[in-house]
Amino acid sequence: MRCAAAGVLLMWAGCVHGEVQIHGFLMGNLAVRTTGERPPRGEGGAFVLGEERLRLDLSGAAASGRVSFLVKGDLFHDAVSNRVGGDLREAYAGFRGGPLDLRLGRQIVTWGAGDLFFINDVFPKDWESFFSGRPMEYLKRGVDAVRAQYSSPAVNLDLVATPFFRADALPSPKRFFLYDPFAGIASRQERKPPARAANTEVALRLSRRLAGFDLSLYGYRGYWRMPAASVESEVPAVVRFYPRLLVWGASAQRNWLAGVVSLEAGRYGSRDDRRGANPAIPNSEWRMLAGYQRQLAADLTGNVQFYAEIVDQSPPLSAAAGDRFRGILSARLTQFLRYQSWRLSLFLAYSPTGEDFFLQPEISHRLTDRFSVAAGANIFAGRRETTFFGRMRKSDNVYISARADF
Amino acid sequence: MKNHSHFAAALLAAAAGAMAQAPAVLDAAAVLEKSQAAFYYPGADMRARVVMELMTAGGKKRTRVLTMLRKNLPGARRQRYFLYFHEPGDVRRTAFLVWKYPDRDDERWIFIPAVNMTRRIAARDSRSSFVGSDFSYEDVSGRDLAADAHTLLREEKLGEAACYVIQSTPKAPAEFSRKLSWIDKVTFLPLKEEHYDARDQLARVFTADRVETAGSGKAAYPTVLKRTMKNVQSGHRTEVVFETVGYDLGIEADLFTERFLQQPPQKWVR
Repeated sequence: MRCAAAGVLLMWAGCVHGEVQIHGFLMGNLAVRTTGERPPRGEGGAFVLGEERLRLDLSGAAASGRVSFLVKGDLFHDAVSNRVGGDLREAYAGFRGGPLDLRLGRQIVTWGAGDLFFINDVFPKDWESFFSGRPMEYLKRGVDAVRAQYSSPAVNLDLVATPFFRADALPSPKRFFLYDPFAGIASRQERKPPARAANTEVALRLSRRLAGFDLSLYGYRGYWRMPAASVESEVPAVVRFYPRLLVWGASAQRNWLAGVVSLEAGRYGSRDDRRGANPAIPNSEWRMLAGYQRQLAADLTGNVQFYAEIVDQSPPLSAAAGDRFRGILSARLTQFLRYQSWRLSLFLAYSPTGEDFFLQPEISHRLTDRFSVAAGANIFAGRRETTFFGRMRKSDNVYISARADF
Repeated sequence: MKNHSHFAAALLAAAAGAMAQAPAVLDAAAVLEKSQAAFYYPGADMRARVVMELMTAGGKKRTRVLTMLRKNLPGARRQRYFLYFHEPGDVRRTAFLVWKYPDRDDERWIFIPAVNMTRRIAARDSRSSFVGSDFSYEDVSGRDLAADAHTLLREEKLGEAACYVIQSTPKAPAEFSRKLSWIDKVTFLPLKEEHYDARDQLARVFTADRVETAGSGKAAYPTVLKRTMKNVQSGHRTEVVFETVGYDLGIEADLFTERFLQQPPQKWVR
C-alpha cells in the first residue's frame, strides 16, 4: 500500500516538467543503557538502539510552482529486535493556487512555541526515538492527512484533517523501564479509533501578526495521543484506548529584551469524561508555557522555559493522588565552535513538583559537508517511580550516531 | 570683564576647533553611509545565487549554496531578506527570513524542513558566524554606523581604484578595536577592510575580488561578485561568489512571510 502510493507519486512526478531531486543519507545509531539493569522480558541486552538506516528523499516541483511532491522514507535494520523494515516519513503532493496551498498525503505538521513541550502541537510524537538518541527529526511522526492553508494579510488559516488516527510512539517496555500499574495482567489489547469519516481529526490554526507579535489561535477535535488503560474483567486484559479530546489554545511570540519571548496556553477538554468521574480516562486540564531565548555570546544561545499542567481533578491511577499541578523548568544551551563544525548542546528539564529531572548533553561534529558524527546521553532521575522522568531512571543511556549524506 | 573675555576666547577657540574637525568627521560618516547604500541596498529588490566556500588553513573545504532574495521597503532603511539553502544536505530546504530594521533588533525566523517547523529565533547575534563562515551576521547585513566613530585617514589608490581610507572605532566595547575601510571613490563599494582585534592585531581581512556592473533584471548596479573574508590569525577563509545576480525583478512583498518559508516559489529559488 505504501509502496504503491510512492510509485504513483513517482509516476506523477515524471509528468511534471520540473527537476526531480534525489537525496538521502545512510545513518547508524547505537544506544547503550548505562545502569547495568535490563527490563524484564527485554530485548537487545544492554542495547536500547542498534540500527542502520537508509534515507531516500525524492522531491520535485513544476516550473510554475503550482504542483510539487515529496517522498521521504527510511529502510532500516533494527539489530536489537533483528528486524528489517520501512518507515514512510512523508509522502505528499502539493498544489498551490492564489492564496491557497493544499497538501495531500503523509506529512509532518509542527506548530506551537515550545521547545520539546507541546501544547497546541497535537500531532503524533515518537518519544521512544527521542529518548534513545535518534536525531531530533524522528521525534515527529507524519499524519496521513489533507492540509489546506489560506494566506492573507488579515489572517492565515491552516486546517489539517486526518481520517487515520496515529498514536504517539511511547518508550517500549522491552527497551525501557516503565511504571506499569497493571503489572500483574499479561494480556494486552489496543483499541484505536476506527477510520470512519465521523472520526476524522480536525486541527485548525489561525495566525497573524499583531503589534510585533506572531499570534496564533488553535483548535483540535480528535483523540488523546497517549493511551488510557482500563481492565476488562471477563477475560482479564488491559485494554489501551484513546479517549476523545478537544483542545483550544493560543500562542504568542515576539522580540523582547534582545531575545525572543514565547507564550502558549491550551485547554484540554476530555470529551469522554467531562466531569472526571471515570478514573481510566485522563481529566480535562490546562497547559501553559512561557519561554525566553537569547544570544548569550557569539555562537552561544540560551533558552529557558517554564511549563505547567493544571488538572481539573486529581489524576486517576496516580500513587501521588492529589497532584493536580505539574510544573517543569527547562533550559537549553547551544554552543557552536570552529566555524560551526562542532556543536555542543545541553538540555535540562527539572520538575519541582515531581522532584524529577531529565538531562540530555550532546556533542556533534561535522567532518565534511557529507559526514557527521554525534554522541550524547539521556539521563533521568527522580524520587518516585510514578513521575514522568522518575519512572525512566533505570533507563539512562548513552548514544552515538554517524551519518553520510548524498 | 577680564574673566568674561577669557571665557569668550575659550569658547571661540573651541568652536573653531570643532569647525576645523567637523568636515572630516562628517565626510567619513557620509562616505560610509553612501558605501552601505551601494553595498547593501542597491535596487528595489535583488536576487542572487550564492556559493560560499569555507576553507581551513590546511585546505579542507566546505561549501554552502543558497539563494538570497532581498527587498527594500519604502521609507526608512527597512529590508526583508529570504535565504534558501540548496547545499549541503543537512541544511537543504532550510530557509531564513529576516525583517531588518535600522533602529532596533531584526526579526528572524527559520524554517526547519525535517520537522516542517517555522520558528522565531533570537536576533542579537551580530558577532556570531553566518552559517559557519568567516563572515559574521553583522558583516552580512551591515553594522549600525552610529555605533562607531569614523575618521577619514587618507585617500589612496588600491590597485587602479582611487579610495577613501576610513578608520572606524567602536564607541562601546566590541570584539574589534578598529576597522580600516578602503571605499571606492566612484562606486562607493568597500574594496578592502581590515579588522583589528582587542589587542590591535590584524584579525580579519575583507577583499572585494571581482567588481562588475551586473544585474539580469530591469537595472544593473556595480556589484561585488566575488569577495573573501580571511582570518589572518587562523588562516581560515571564506570565499563568496554571486553566480547570478538580478536587480529590480519585481519580487513580491508577500514572499517574505511564513507561507513561503515552507514552500518557496520555484521561480525565485530555482
